[in-house]
Amino acid sequence: MDGYNFAYLDEQTKRMIRRAILKAVAIPGYQVPFGSREMPLPYGWGTGGIQVTAGVIGQDDVLKVIDQGADDTTNAVSIRRFFARTTGVKTTEKTTEATLIQTRHRIPERPLSEGQILVYQVPIPEPLRWLEPRETETRKMHALQEYGIMHVKLYEDIARFGRIATSYDYPVVVNDRYLMKPSPIPKFDNPKMDNMPALQLFGAGREKRIYAIPPYTKVKSLDFDDHPFEIQQWDENCALCGSENSYLDEVVMDDQGGRMFVCSDTDHCESRQSDGHVGPMGTQQAAE
Amino acid sequence: MNRPTPLLSVQDLGKSYGPHLGCTDVSFDLWPGEVLGIVGESGSGKTTLMNCLSAQIEPTCGKVIYDTRMDGARDIFDMSESERRLLMRTDWGLVKQNPRDGLRLGVSAGANVGERLMAVGARHYGDIRNVANDWLKKVEIDVGRIDNPPSTFSGGMQQRLQIARNLVTEPRLVFMDEPTGGLDVSVQARLLDLLRGLVNRLGLSVVIVTHDLAVARLLAHRLMVMKDGRVVEQGLTDQVLDDPQHAYTQLLVSSILQP
Ligand SMILES: Nc1ncnc2c1ncn2[C@@H]1O[C@H](COP(=O)(O)OP(=O)(O)OP(=O)(O)O)[C@@H](O)[C@H]1O
Ligand SMILES: [Mg+2]
Repeated sequence: MDGYNFAYLDEQTKRMIRRAILKAVAIPGYQVPFGSREMPLPYGWGTGGIQVTAGVIGQDDVLKVIDQGADDTTNAVSIRRFFARTTGVKTTEKTTEATLIQTRHRIPERPLSEGQILVYQVPIPEPLRWLEPRETETRKMHALQEYGIMHVKLYEDIARFGRIATSYDYPVVVNDRYLMKPSPIPKFDNPKMDNMPALQLFGAGREKRIYAIPPYTKVKSLDFDDHPFEIQQWDENCALCGSENSYLDEVVMDDQGGRMFVCSDTDHCESRQSDGHVGPMGTQQAAE
Repeated sequence: MNRPTPLLSVQDLGKSYGPHLGCTDVSFDLWPGEVLGIVGESGSGKTTLMNCLSAQIEPTCGKVIYDTRMDGARDIFDMSESERRLLMRTDWGLVKQNPRDGLRLGVSAGANVGERLMAVGARHYGDIRNVANDWLKKVEIDVGRIDNPPSTFSGGMQQRLQIARNLVTEPRLVFMDEPTGGLDVSVQARLLDLLRGLVNRLGLSVVIVTHDLAVARLLAHRLMVMKDGRVVEQGLTDQVLDDPQHAYTQLLVSSILQP
């Protein structure tokens, strides 16, 4: 593309980002500061994730971008188009075809494999921020592994709701060492981070932080002995593909209050349907 | 032979703020179960001394030796920061004058009491809650308030909650800077009663800063009188208050303590 360097950022900036990523991979879960650049998108649109993606993307990569599990939302479409224009790489909606996946709010249902990279967009990277506004103090708490306090938050949940009600951005400990916010993915996705064969990279643009979970790294969700970590569950299966174990979104179908539950991961749902899986609504549609 | 060791031993402690003197030449031993009162007029260096003893600030010179449970006598400023911070939230308590500085106002009373337990690894919600319940009872807070935030508590309740929050790990040494400072007289009396009971029952060692000699009389076994950053007199509380030797103490006693 004329007028732009490959992946928009200049080579020096990309090198700086790669150095931060290498450090992040070397210290799993540790937040590495980096010199976040102005991107042609506003904060909140995933500028941190975009910079990480720009830092690692190569000519041969195949890029997938998802937002809440879907490839076709405005946010996902504009990021995908941005990289298509500035790199010319192939893009895809298929999890299996992608070598590089940038995500906001979900981890694909289909297990990722070695060689794939998952890039998360992170709005607030610091898990201790809610109780400690001072950066110097949170750094010290990380350095000294003073994390017991995080359970105060879970305690409050149980005291108020009878269970741990936190359902997004659920705190984890990486590699038995660093406390980490996984970005606002549903806690349903937390177990997928544990021992994942793919490399996981996290980018926070506004707060200028990069962190990482290398392949096959232990990721543990915080909990209490008598209130163990649990993921969301649904009484229904996916209405379209019949999946019993994917994260479901509730979709309103008409103004008579008709609704159905469908996979939030659209690629997963479509792949299953084309493999012949059919949910209750899918059957009806096919019969008509 | 098993000679008793002081819990806290302070040697030639001094703190300057640049050219300005905070406190100087302070030495004393604090024994297990002993309550030491630090009195003196405003600006005499009480808070400075207390902050050095409790490792809130680093002294300019001198030593603060603490008889740790694990390794015996250690200079607290030779410890690693993590050792020192662990000590501060397990074997020590720190009760601030303004409970708002010593409490987490955004979370419930139960979480305030349970925090230290969680910080040292408690991971059973039910157990933490039971201990929090017990402590609320011990400091005379209605257990029905366990899930309320301390911002809905009166000043006296907040101060009692702060005490519970500190004592939950069964510390051996508690620092208090004007713990009754901001309270009404009747509320003060109740808090002092409670404190005295707890100190006796738990065998706590306490360093308490106050400019109120009545508080000192009620709680402290021994008194240290400070003026212009120096200790001008120390001794048993009754001796110091009933038979002050130093002219400044005499002035202090006559001006404040008119029985
Ligand atoms: N951070 C600081 N920087 C400079 N000087 C200070 C600082 N803190 C205290 N001082 C000075 O050190 C001296 C001792 O102050 P300190 O606060 O210890 O007294 P105090 O006995 O606690 O007084 P009060 O009864 O008013 O609380 C005072 O002269 C004070 O102005
Ligand atoms: Mg003071």
